Parts: sequence; structure tokens; C-alpha cells
Amino acid sequence: MSKIIEKEDIVHISELSRLSFSEEELDRFTGELNNILDYIHKLDTLDTTNIQPTSHVLDISNVFREDIVHEHLSREDALKNAAEHEHNHFKVPRVVEG
Amino acid sequence: MDLLTSDLQTIKSYLDRGEITAKELVSFYLDRIKKYDGKIKAFLSLNNNALKEAEDIDKKRLNGKHLPPMAGIPIGLKDNIITKDIATTCSSHILENFVPVYDATVTKLLKDEGFIILGKLNMDEFAMGSSCETSYFQKTGNPWDINRVPGGSSGGSAAAVSARLVPAAIGSDTGGSIRQPASFCGISGMKPTYGRISRYGLVAFASSLDQIGPMTVSANDCETLMQIIAKHDKNDSTSAQVDNFVPAKTLTANLNGITIGVPDEYFKEGIEPDVESAVKGAIKHFESLGAEIISVKMPHTDYAVAVYYILATAEASSNLARYDGVRFGYRAEGDNLKEMYTATRSKGFGDEVKRRIMLGTYVLSAGYYDAYYLKAQKVRTLIKEDFLNAFKKVDAIIAPTSPTTAFRIGEKSNNPLSMYLSDIYTLSLNLFGGCGISIPCGFDSHNLPIGLQILGNYFQEQKIVNIAKIYQNTTDFHTQIPKWLR
Repeated sequence: MSKIIEKEDIVHISELSRLSFSEEELDRFTGELNNILDYIHKLDTLDTTNIQPTSHVLDISNVFREDIVHEHLSREDALKNAAEHEHNHFKVPRVVEG
Repeated sequence: MDLLTSDLQTIKSYLDRGEITAKELVSFYLDRIKKYDGKIKAFLSLNNNALKEAEDIDKKRLNGKHLPPMAGIPIGLKDNIITKDIATTCSSHILENFVPVYDATVTKLLKDEGFIILGKLNMDEFAMGSSCETSYFQKTGNPWDINRVPGGSSGGSAAAVSARLVPAAIGSDTGGSIRQPASFCGISGMKPTYGRISRYGLVAFASSLDQIGPMTVSANDCETLMQIIAKHDKNDSTSAQVDNFVPAKTLTANLNGITIGVPDEYFKEGIEPDVESAVKGAIKHFESLGAEIISVKMPHTDYAVAVYYILATAEASSNLARYDGVRFGYRAEGDNLKEMYTATRSKGFGDEVKRRIMLGTYVLSAGYYDAYYLKAQKVRTLIKEDFLNAFKKVDAIIAPTSPTTAFRIGEKSNNPLSMYLSDIYTLSLNLFGGCGISIPCGFDSHNLPIGLQILGNYFQEQKIVNIAKIYQNTTDFHTQIPKWLR
């Protein structure tokens, strides 16, 4: 089986996914994802030239509502599950170098 | 009164007639959980207020106050359906401490009907798995053989109902996650049409495929719960604008005039001989009940696993981007924002979830979109057309739910692809978007339950549930309970 995806691709995808892996995990994932992608490539045997893609099965288009303020979460409830908050805001680590 | 064999309407009648109090009913199930769940490990958490809620209902009943129809009947929820003030973890470390501040629409509809939420049930992490083994917290055992998996991802719900730790439960089905565990545990489970039940408050996995549904002792109970939870909801923009589910006024004793399609593609290599013969035996039974059985062609069935694992992982990689340690869930320390995100997600998610996020990110990444995602969406159209063509000729399709009965814990956990292939008979329905119900139809040589699924066109739940009810009125597979749990 030829490799569809190389270890450096896995490293790139892990960065896009905001996930980090050990060398051992990267090797394992490279093997597993190659196996799965190899299986997935059976779709190549189907000619889909004039077939429309299906993104959603039901015949629903945009669902609109009136722009009216209604009941919503209180600020206190919205912050209840946050790891850290301060002055009624979510708190995160430093974003810009100061 | 035998609660173990009673359906929801019968339990309701015991309560209405005062033959049992809500407190006694809740205690009955809590005692069973205490006695058996140490072994089965279906529940992740119990509602500490359940007995108090039952007492309140009993008081109201004594005082002649108006009560909702199902007041006092316990129910269990898969732990990806959010419950106000009760932890909802999705069986993930990343949501271990998450306590929702509002109820899912389904939770609210059940509470309004009087149900008491007894507890939250184990599942594969973020519903990604077919065996309940990817749960961060515990591995659930199959009540029929504790060393085997209950199926997944709604394995806790299936095991709890099968062991009668709760009279009914709610699950969710993205690629078979209600039907496959129902089949493995010998219960009835329905995946309604996409959009039939509100997904508001269901933790999102693959948004174009996810659907909530009932997991119960009988098709009758699926019908009872569908009447309560299958309602349009303005809080879910994909909730279908159709009439609420209503049961048929009368149930015929036979299937005269009903045409059932049997697809050859669902009896191919990989199917266990015991499963094949049980399902074929059931098809004979449907015929003897008056149904006309015809062969239907579903030529794209073989591509469903490939399509599913592109679309479901792509959607999951996008949906799970929200777990960043900021607004809810676990947070790991990091020197800056990006490091915090990466540390949180790397420590918070388990292997299978990471594998799917990686695969989904890859198929959506620049340069690969057309080859994978767009291609899969096009083949999804072909699979959908297979179903629509079949439903021009038949009222329902019957097929095995799974090629095998429950496998051993650990048997497939080191081989992701072989685990994915165990969903081969259930995935197509989610890609099509129609409805299906899995019901027990026999036992294999190890005395493990075998299930068949009855599949229907969009919004044909009434039709498939009637076929299931007529089958169950003339068979007793669904009434069996493992001996050690009697």
C-alpha cells in the first residue's frame, strides 16, 4: 500500500486542529489514517461527474425569525462553566506580547 | 404487577390507579441500579433529587392536583443531552465538570410530561464509537454477557433498559448509535427522520446526521415517547416543519397490503450465520403476517462507510473546535492563548475523538476538499437515491441491524477501521436521512440478542412502528430479560 499521507502532513493537520502528539503517537496516527484513507479511496471507483452534492437531506432553506429580543442566558449563567472569569468577562492567557 | 415486563402505558396505569406510588417506582429502579449497576456500569450520574421529585408528585396526586400524564415515571438520558443542574459530560474528560445552565428541548418536553430524569447514561466519547469503550470514565458491559460490549455509542442507554435499571431511555443516532446498541442489548430503538426531533441541547457531533430517539423495551414504548418528543422546535433551525408524530388510531392484526423490501446488499460477507438465519426467519414471519416481500437493489450500500467517515469527521472537526478551554469545560495551563488551546484539547480529548478531528481536518484542508468532502457529498446523493428508488416500490425495508452480535470488550478497540465497519448496515440510513427502528428478532448460539431494522422513508415513523408492533404482538424476543437480572 502506498502512503497517502506522510508524517509531516500529520504534523501540519495536528497544528490546524490545535492538538499536539508525541513522536510515538504521530507514527501511530500516520499508520491508522493511511489505513482509513486507503479504504476511503474506494469512492474513486464511482463516476460522480454529473451528480449534485447533498449537504442537507431535508428541503429546508434559510429559516428566519423576527429580530426581537427574547429571554436569554443571564451573564452569571453564561460565565458559570468558564475556567476563569473576571469583571464579567471570560479570562484567557495573554494573546499579544506586551 | 411485574414492572420488569410492563410497558410505559401499563406503568402509568399502575400509578393512575394508585397501585404504586411514584416514590415506590423510583425506589424500585434505584434499588436495581444499586444492585446491578456496579457490574453493568451504565450510569455516569444519578439525579440526587429523583426521590424528592417523586414524593412531590405523590403529594400532588393525594391532594387531587392536576398532574401531567406520565408523572412519576423514571427515564434515563444519554449523557450528550443537556440537563439543567445535572452534569453532562459526553463521556469526555473535556466536559467532566460541565453543568448545563438550561435544558435540552427533549429534556424539557420529558419533564413537562412528568417524567423524572433518573440519571445520565454512558456513551462513547462525543458519541464516537460503536462499543462504549471510548468513554473516558468507564466501560459498560452488555447485560447478556458482561464481558461483551453493549454497542455504541448509546451503549449505556441500551444496557440500562435491557437490564431494566430504568423503564426507558433516550439516545442519539449519528451512524447507528441507537439501533446498533439496541440490537446488541435486545431492546427496541428508533432513529427518527432527520429533523423530526429537536437537536437543541444535544451536544453536536455531525450536524447533518445527528438525531435523537427513544430506546425502550418495546416498539409500543418507542411510539409513546415519540408522541412526547417529536415536535417542531423554533430553537433548532433544522427542526422539520411537519405535524407532530401521532400513533395510528387502530392497529391491524396483520400486514396485508404492506410491501417490504429486502436488499441483498445487507446479507453479504461478514454477516454471522446466526444473524442471517434469524433475520431471514423474521422475514418469513412478516410474510406469514400478510406482507408482500420483494427484493430491492441498494447498489451504493458498499460505499456508505467511506462516505460516512468523510462527512461525519469533517462535521465533527468543525463542531469540536468550540472546546477551547474558554467558555466551558476543562482547561489546561499554557503560557499563551494558542498553547492553552493546544494543551486543553490534547489532554481533554481521547484517542478516537482526536483521530476523527484529524481525519476531518485533513479532508477539509486546502487542496483536498474536492477529492474527499465534495466527492463524499456526491456519493451521499447516490445513496439517498437508492433509498428513494426503493421506497417507490415498498413501504419499508428490512435488514439486519448489525452483521454480528455483541463482540467482546477489547476485541476491536485497537483497530479503528474494523470498528468503523461494524456500522456498515446502519450508516446508510443516516446519510439518507429517513427513519428506522431496530427490534429483537432472535438469539445466537451464545444466547446473545440479534436485531433487525425496519427502515422507512422520510417521516414514515408511524408506518415502521406499526410494522414493529405487529411483529412484537406475535413474537416474544423483546420480552426476554437476562436471567441474572430477573
